[in-house]
Formats: sequence, structure tokens, C-alpha cells
Amino acid sequence: MTVPPPTLVPTPPQTIGPYFGHALPFAGGTDIAPDGHPDTVTVHGHLYDGEGDPVPDGLLEIWQPAPDGTRTGAPGSRRREPAAGHNGFTGFGRVATDARGRWTVRTLPPGGIGYLSLCLFVRGLPGHLRTRLYLPPAQEDSTTDPLLSALPPDRRRTLIAVPTGPHSCRFDIHLQGPEETVFLDFDHGFDHP
Amino acid sequence: MTESAIGASSPGVAARLPRRPLVGVRDPEAAELWGPVFGDQDVGALDADLTQRYPGRPHGECIAVTGRITDRQGAPVRRQLVEIWQANASGRYAHQADRGPGPLDPHFTGVGRCLTDDQGQYRFITVKPGAYPWHTDFNAWRPAHIHFSLFGTAFTQRTVTQMYFPGDPLLAHDPFFQAVTDARARARLVATYDHELSVPGRALGYRWDIVLDGPAATPRETDA
Ligand SMILES: [Fe+2]
Repeated sequence: MTVPPPTLVPTPPQTIGPYFGHALPFAGGTDIAPDGHPDTVTVHGHLYDGEGDPVPDGLLEIWQPAPDGTRTGAPGSRRREPAAGHNGFTGFGRVATDARGRWTVRTLPPGGIGYLSLCLFVRGLPGHLRTRLYLPPAQEDSTTDPLLSALPPDRRRTLIAVPTGPHSCRFDIHLQGPEETVFLDFDHGFDHP
Repeated sequence: MTESAIGASSPGVAARLPRRPLVGVRDPEAAELWGPVFGDQDVGALDADLTQRYPGRPHGECIAVTGRITDRQGAPVRRQLVEIWQANASGRYAHQADRGPGPLDPHFTGVGRCLTDDQGQYRFITVKPGAYPWHTDFNAWRPAHIHFSLFGTAFTQRTVTQMYFPGDPLLAHDPFFQAVTDARARARLVATYDHELSVPGRALGYRWDIVLDGPAATPRETDA
């Protein structure tokens, strides 16, 4: 991949604030998997602050390849309809945390990689946070995945979901504290290959 | 006022800021170099005109807000989703958590969305939002602003930001605007009045161009 040197000053992010709730969540945003798909995995978790208190005003977005490894997505990411001409899988989901800081999505395992990409928006934070959710079992990934293998075990652990059933797993996000989740930066490093 | 001042006056914010450095990802196969795709089915025909949701017109000064969304190389972000939300002309959000002093407007919800065109242009018709107090114990006012949610060609470019209005005296006092320390980046957040964009007899025109940060896989020239 070659990228010409950047020339324009980017527009900086600003906090999402407390009033996005009537604008961004949408019906079906938590159902990335097509209705009734037998391979559906339920992914759930809590969002905590550094005091261990739940964060009730967060917004989580999920992006991932399709089960066949397709990464180009499909139109209909916020209004999925069979008529859209694909199988109902767009690779995108959006979920607001509830009053107890909980969130749940239903999806299909991505093809080719072991993780879901997350973008997190929280009232009060000056910008968004990015992380990854590695689906269990991720033990193999920890030696072959470029990100997991570069992290010490205690930090790596924060990116790996814990099985809670045959088709479900839990992924808690800690904004701060001893279990602080690993947050990622993609904006630097590609510009000077 | 600084970020720590925001934290001191907004309970809980200090405990939300991560303390550890971000971990850089430089994997050319990272899934984040691709991203979600939207189409005509994702937006309604009237979603871009926030003044036409009800039989009656909303209060306030009608404005047309338009601009071009590009990446840092200036390539247009085509056929991509733009979502906005804002207070009404009295500085009040149609949101149950907003207990501000401004009256609700029965003809305005302040939520809109559209797709960019093939040149990366978006356009909304709305009313100019009012300033509003964000704290009752001291002089803490948000300048007039519109919240923007933006997607690029890659998930790395996903961002949420705010558009401000030119010449607003509150910008100098707003800790959220002033939290952007680079003057050139801060200038990116302020729209310009553009007489050419004003709609005769109807709306005042503002231009606000947006530059998305972050790497992408190959440019997608033929997205349908
Ligand atoms: Fe606001």
C-alpha cells in the first residue's frame, strides 16, 4: 500500500455530548447477523469507567468482514432489507449502552480474521476510542496476530472476549483503571511506509 | 478553561479518560482499512430537510449548510452517510435528558441525515441552533453548534465532531472548542457564511468542508 503524503489539515473530533440518543441509534442496529441465522453469536458486555461504575451514555459501533472474508460491506448498513440485494449482512452494527452500562449485539463470526473492530463514543471524552474484540478461542491468534503478539499478556487479555455459552461471549470495556482496555491508533504510521 | 476544567464541572468525566498510551496499528491487512457502506435505502427523501418534518415551520433563522467531505489527499468521500443533531433555535434539544431553560419547538426535532453525492457534497436545510448553558452554577455556555457524525471510505476515518458558526463570541469561552489546541485544526471547525449558497427568500447559506483523517485501503471509485 502506498499513500501519498497528506496535504490537508484534518477536521478534529469533538465530544459526542449527551444528546445523541435521538439521532444515532437505529432499529436493528444491534442485529448484524441476518434474522435466524444458525451461526449467530451473541456478543455482550459492560462499559465501565475508572471507578468501576457503569457508563450509561456510551455508543459502540462494530465493523467486521462477512463470514466469507468479504471486507467491502454492503449498502443498507442502517436499514437492512432483503430487497437491498445482499443476504442482509452489511458488517456494521451500532448499540447504545443501557442504564447499567450494558450492551449486546448479535453477529456472525468474521472470515479471515479473529476480531471485530470497535469504535466507542462516550459523553465527556474529547474524541472517540478505537479497540478490537477478539472472539474466543483467540489463543492461536495471540502468536500470529500482529497486534496481540506485540502486547504483554496482561494487556492482551483486555482484547479477548470470554465465552459465556456455546454461541455467546462477554467483552467488558474499561475506560481506565488496572484493567484499562487497550485502545488503538490507526492515524499514524501508514503515512511514511 | 481546559479539559481538566470540563472534568471538574462534569461529574464522572475524569474517570472516563484512558490513562495509557494508544497502541499503534500498522498492519496493512487491518480490517479497519475498509468500512461500512450506505445507500439510498439508508436515508429518507426528506431526512436532509429538518424544517419540513411537521405541517408547521420551526422557529428560528432558516439556514442551508453544505460542504464537501474529502480525505487528507483531497479525494471526495462519495455516497457516504452524514448524520446531524442539534438544539432548536432556543438552544433546547428534543431529548428527554435536556432540562435546559429554552422552550421545545413542536415543529423541530433537530435530527437529520443524508448521503454525500459523487463529488463528496452534503447539504442540509435546518434552523440556526441557539446557544445553551451547560452548567447552572457558573457562566458555561455552548456556542451555537451542529453535531456531525461522519463515515469515510475506511472505518479508521469514522469520526464525530461539531460545526460552529463564524464570529460567535462564545467560541473564545468554550472549553470544548478550545480543547483543540492547534489553531489550524480549530479553524476547521468553523463554517463560513457563503452568500452564493443562500436561498433567496428562504435560507442563509453556510459552507463547512470536512477533512477526514486516517488511512484507507484502495480508493473505492465505483461504489454504487
Ligand atoms: Fe450540543
